[in-house]
Amino acid sequence: MFGTLSGGLRLVGRRTINAVWRMGAATRFMGLVLLRSGLSLRRFHLTIDELHFAGVLSLIIIIVSGLFVGLVLGLQGYETLKRYGSAEAVGTLVALALVRELGPVVAALLFASRAGSAMTAELGIMKSTEQLSAMEMMAVDPFARVISPMFWGGFLSMPLLAAIFSVMGIFGGYLITVVIIGVDAGAFWSQMQSNVDLRNDIVNGVIKTIVFGAAVTAIALFEGYDAPPTAEGVSHAVTRTVVTSALAVLALDFVLTAFMFTGV
Amino acid sequence: MMTCSAIDSQVTSDNLVEFSRVDFSYDRRPILQGMDMNFPRGKVIAIMGGSGTGKTTLLRLIGGQLKPDRGEVRVDSHPIHAMSHAQLYATRRKMGMLFQFGALFTDLSVFDNVAFPLREHTKLPESMIRDLVLMKLHAVGLRGAHALKPAELSGGMARRVALARAIALDPMLIMYDEPFTGLDPISVGIIGNLIRRLNDALGATSIVVTHDVQESMKIVDYLYFLSGGRVVAQGTPKEVVESTEPFVHQFVHGEADGPVPFHYAAPGYGEDLGIHR
Repeated sequence: MFGTLSGGLRLVGRRTINAVWRMGAATRFMGLVLLRSGLSLRRFHLTIDELHFAGVLSLIIIIVSGLFVGLVLGLQGYETLKRYGSAEAVGTLVALALVRELGPVVAALLFASRAGSAMTAELGIMKSTEQLSAMEMMAVDPFARVISPMFWGGFLSMPLLAAIFSVMGIFGGYLITVVIIGVDAGAFWSQMQSNVDLRNDIVNGVIKTIVFGAAVTAIALFEGYDAPPTAEGVSHAVTRTVVTSALAVLALDFVLTAFMFTGV
Repeated sequence: MMTCSAIDSQVTSDNLVEFSRVDFSYDRRPILQGMDMNFPRGKVIAIMGGSGTGKTTLLRLIGGQLKPDRGEVRVDSHPIHAMSHAQLYATRRKMGMLFQFGALFTDLSVFDNVAFPLREHTKLPESMIRDLVLMKLHAVGLRGAHALKPAELSGGMARRVALARAIALDPMLIMYDEPFTGLDPISVGIIGNLIRRLNDALGATSIVVTHDVQESMKIVDYLYFLSGGRVVAQGTPKEVVESTEPFVHQFVHGEADGPVPFHYAAPGYGEDLGIHR
């Protein structure tokens, strides 16, 4: 009995120490990423390359997903609003849902799965094949040369991807409700224009995408850098990136929504 | 312990790398204990020993990637672990390291891999970088492979490209981590030859961590044997071959049993099989 209890306590203690240690390591890691960001700005083509990797190469999944989310949102919104005789408000519903919530959140989840996992795998493999060590031994700081440009590439691409997601979603909503179902185009756009506020809706949405972009990119890079240098280690790190990013995005979304839209 | 008077006389006068009473441990597990070693300028020196004896750790201590728990590692007379970030990186520019499997950047071509340190550390025009890269690749016999990607190279070729990259900035110190592992006999001969030839041509100092006794004997000036985190023997290839020291004899002749036992520590065989109680 005493043995089981002490074993359980020891396990809790070990996991707590491990969690605290990882938090400290992650903070130090992010400190170094920011401290060594000078090169990312001086040699901006390094950041542009990463912007291409994290942003441009994620475009297909973002565009297609945005379009389908908009189509579904338009369809569901129309069916519901029709019952109350306000089908023209579907434009407002689609736009607000996308700009405030779905755009930032779904784009961040897709970004974590597509770009975040790729960043973790790339960094993990670079570590396990000693490419990062080789760089250090060539007197080239991997934080300055590789990791910081990756961070800024991810950080900058996330708001752009979320914006494209929202635009495609609104286009999808327009396609299904105006072009196919026959809702009045003027009502669709004018209601959207008068009910979507720049400060309260769009700017708040953009702030969310910036926070999600920083969180997902930081998680992806730390998991890759911290991955044990084995095939199994890298594979677990990729899984952790997707799971942790998803949970972080949803939790952060709740906190940000509480502050931004409900005045908590 | 064997000694070599020729080397010993240089040890005190002109060493590029010096270890004095260095202790190092990973997670409280001691790896190196009271290590004293010297690497004279211009020589090719091998570090030999079984797996897990801290050979690669030595290279990482010299490169400043690890810090000793106690003692001092001096490179060009300066303690490497006491340097600032800028000083450490300035010192590393004078070092080249060949990693066990090359550690080439897989997204870059052979040419761009060798050009990498030149582009990072110099402001040379692209035409001059091209000439330098082709010269380095020519030195390792792979000028014709400059457009290939690392995935298209054999193990031996990848290591030769990594060697060309390691010498791109004409280093004063070249470190080799298991350069012969996993190579066919022809590639082993080529790499061995290059280590000696490049060391002499560049006037550099080379430290070779290896298990390959036969190839090392042909190219090195001096050998250190490590076991249990200590230097257990050292000498010139000739002294090593003639040594009667049990560990060196076992290692050099590849004997299965000796001071390094064949059996991992275990209870009595009979006891394990339940024959004797």
